[in-house]
Amino acid sequence: MMIRRRSALLGLAASWSLGRSSLALAGSASGPDDPRFVVVILRGALDGLSAVTPYGDPDIATHRRSLLLPEPGQEGGLLDLGGFYGLHPALKNMHALYNAGEMAPIHAVAGHYRSRSHFEAQDYLESGADTRLNSGWLNRVVSALQGRGQSRPDGYRLAMGLTVPLLLRGPAAIGSYAPAGSQHPDAALYSQIMALNASDPVTGPAFRSGMKARGFSDDATDIRSAAFKPEPCRKPDAFMRLATAAGEMLADPHGPRIAALEIGGWDTHAAQLGRLSGPLAQLDRGIAALRQSIGENWKHTAVLVMTEFGRTVRMNGTGGTDHGTGTLAFLAGGAVAGGKVGGTWPGLKQSQLFENRDLAPTTDLRAVTSGVLCNHMGMKRHALTIIFPGPQPEPASGLIRTA
Amino acid sequence: MQFVSIANRFGWGGRPGAIPTGSARDWLAQQLQNTDAANFLNVGTSADGLIALREQRRTKMPGNPLIQPIFQAEIATQLDHLLLTEQPFRERLAWFWFNHFTVSLRQGSVRSVVGAYMREAIRPHVTGRFVDMLVAVMRHPAMLMYLDNSSSIGPNSPIGRKNHRGLNENLARECLELHTVSPQGGYTQADVTSFAAILTGWGIDMKADRPGFSFREKAHEPGEKNVMGQVFPEGEQGGLLALNYLGTHPATYRHIATQLVSHFISDKPLPQDVEHIAGVLQQSGGDLQKTSLALADLPDAHKPGSKFRSPMDYATAVMRALSLGGAPSTPDNPHSPAHILFSACGILGQPIWSAPLPNGWGDRAADWSAPADMLARTDWSWRMAAHAHADDPMEIAHAALGPALRKTTLTAMHHAGSRQDALALLFSSPEFQRR
Repeated sequence: MMIRRRSALLGLAASWSLGRSSLALAGSASGPDDPRFVVVILRGALDGLSAVTPYGDPDIATHRRSLLLPEPGQEGGLLDLGGFYGLHPALKNMHALYNAGEMAPIHAVAGHYRSRSHFEAQDYLESGADTRLNSGWLNRVVSALQGRGQSRPDGYRLAMGLTVPLLLRGPAAIGSYAPAGSQHPDAALYSQIMALNASDPVTGPAFRSGMKARGFSDDATDIRSAAFKPEPCRKPDAFMRLATAAGEMLADPHGPRIAALEIGGWDTHAAQLGRLSGPLAQLDRGIAALRQSIGENWKHTAVLVMTEFGRTVRMNGTGGTDHGTGTLAFLAGGAVAGGKVGGTWPGLKQSQLFENRDLAPTTDLRAVTSGVLCNHMGMKRHALTIIFPGPQPEPASGLIRTA
Repeated sequence: MQFVSIANRFGWGGRPGAIPTGSARDWLAQQLQNTDAANFLNVGTSADGLIALREQRRTKMPGNPLIQPIFQAEIATQLDHLLLTEQPFRERLAWFWFNHFTVSLRQGSVRSVVGAYMREAIRPHVTGRFVDMLVAVMRHPAMLMYLDNSSSIGPNSPIGRKNHRGLNENLARECLELHTVSPQGGYTQADVTSFAAILTGWGIDMKADRPGFSFREKAHEPGEKNVMGQVFPEGEQGGLLALNYLGTHPATYRHIATQLVSHFISDKPLPQDVEHIAGVLQQSGGDLQKTSLALADLPDAHKPGSKFRSPMDYATAVMRALSLGGAPSTPDNPHSPAHILFSACGILGQPIWSAPLPNGWGDRAADWSAPADMLARTDWSWRMAAHAHADDPMEIAHAALGPALRKTTLTAMHHAGSRQDALALLFSSPEFQRR
């Protein structure tokens, strides 16, 4: 009966994502202790140096002094991660997880591609290959795991939603879920749209007055000021609601085992100091909500948070950062061997930067993912050649708790 | 590049990779010279629709169990064709003329035959003579039901005398005012009444094996009638002669020239443009192929962005830009492309075949640019942009707008954080609101 309720829920869910967030689910259950795997895509390229700041590196101040937050212990300062790195203060819940040994940032991570185009990079990130494929690596994971769900031969054969990310698209059956209502772009995008139309005699006034009716102020055409305004069209924290729903479904003994969520708002070309807190806090609340709703099964859970690339080490002329290379990934969950920052720090001296502008990548994101797939999902090494076609990175070890 | 402007102005927006090369004018001409390539699937004739209506009425079925599937099939196949057509000029003309001769779901029982009306009365005449389209429209069950003529009775006819029934002027008035000479033609109330009398008896035989138009002698007002100074004989022939007179009248040509220039060139048609098109109509005896091509030769025909997109234009252009459509839409699947387009037109304020009044949908920017309408477009297109899985947003932008694409829009798209956001910016740009 539970299965039918869930199926109906997912089936009805149909199509839409919420704000810039969406949720897709897959994988069939074989038992309540199945490992759970959640992937969160941060679309728009997270500035890894702001999320986890290497305040102990003396060179950081030379590149981005006005983007730096106070050191740990000071008001509004970073949350310490062991003396060299500090976590952005918007990530309070993540910090608590870190202290509980259930969260590990991995620094100087990058995908296997070198593209600074969002669209290309997201395609490669999700395809898991050097070319854009029609299926995502997480869908191929679902296919590889499907044989194990013998107790549920029907699996989750649900209508594919319209916003299933490429990451989860492919031959394996996928469901998608979005709470009803609130199917709008977010405030930042609305602001850009108003700016695009500002000088048009017909559409300019129409957009201005339409947005005013939705609670935007008159000067919301200024993207920078809009970024600090409440977002009237997004119900309180769409991502949190989706993360809650994902946790509930993953906790179901007969539910899906894999979920993909996405969240936007990371493309901080201007006024980054103010603009980044919002999405970071949203991510933070979402992870906490997932942990809450998945309950006991948190101990079987690994969450991978990834983004398509990082941002320039130096601040640009508008208080932001441009498209870069090396960035950050987060692992969180009861199954994660956390409480430490993973990865190899490449340094920030001029000569150490990638192409004299970006954080140099020292860890292939696929090595992180492969490590989780092997040690958490119990995937065999040879299966990885299907998940990530092309040259195989060595799966990273030490990411998952050993019992 | 010129093709994109032409494909927008005279068609329904470009599909990436589908814009041909060569002379744009030849491309337009060929669409009209070649036969209509539309191949509509799973639809019958207006007789089938009327049988469904008759059955539903006879057995007093609640809801629309017989008619709704017919309607859904019409939507599926006709909107699929709109998304995929390689004769978009022909298609724009078909929907233009449908709107000129509007029938609407909001009145009468036209749901069972509205799709057939488009295919039977409008489409065959898009490149023919205007007067032939007029006659086909005036004899079609959809129009006879929509504007009540099937219940109009000559007061001195046998049925009128027996039942003390009389004229219904609705169709006659709208035919004069909207379809043909327009008030500029200078007709009077007496002409309306007289024309209504001419059209008495033009109705639908619902009892026939194949229900359809029939001239009911016993409802027809006897005697000669005078409309706009012309005398027309009694009988069905009188109606045909009257339509022939009205459908070739200089005032009619002027009226439809104004509408065509308004639709294709500018909200404020230049008098010399209208004069020119009316002249082509006059000289060619109402040849709509020649007239339609003459529109493409007007001086401003290629100037990008002078016409604001109606919601249906807009939704279709977005879906074509996203290369949506392909496999035939199934009539009952709400996620099929045709039904997405159908529901989009409703969400954006122009539900298909549902104009509020017989004068059809408006054709000016002011009709479609209310604040809520613009935001509805943005919200809808943002959701649609999630359909673009593989395509390069920049390629979509160039294919959709060509030279009309502004640098500011491209820059904003370049800076967008996702494919979906980039496309939402494109679809919300001022240039995309226009054709």
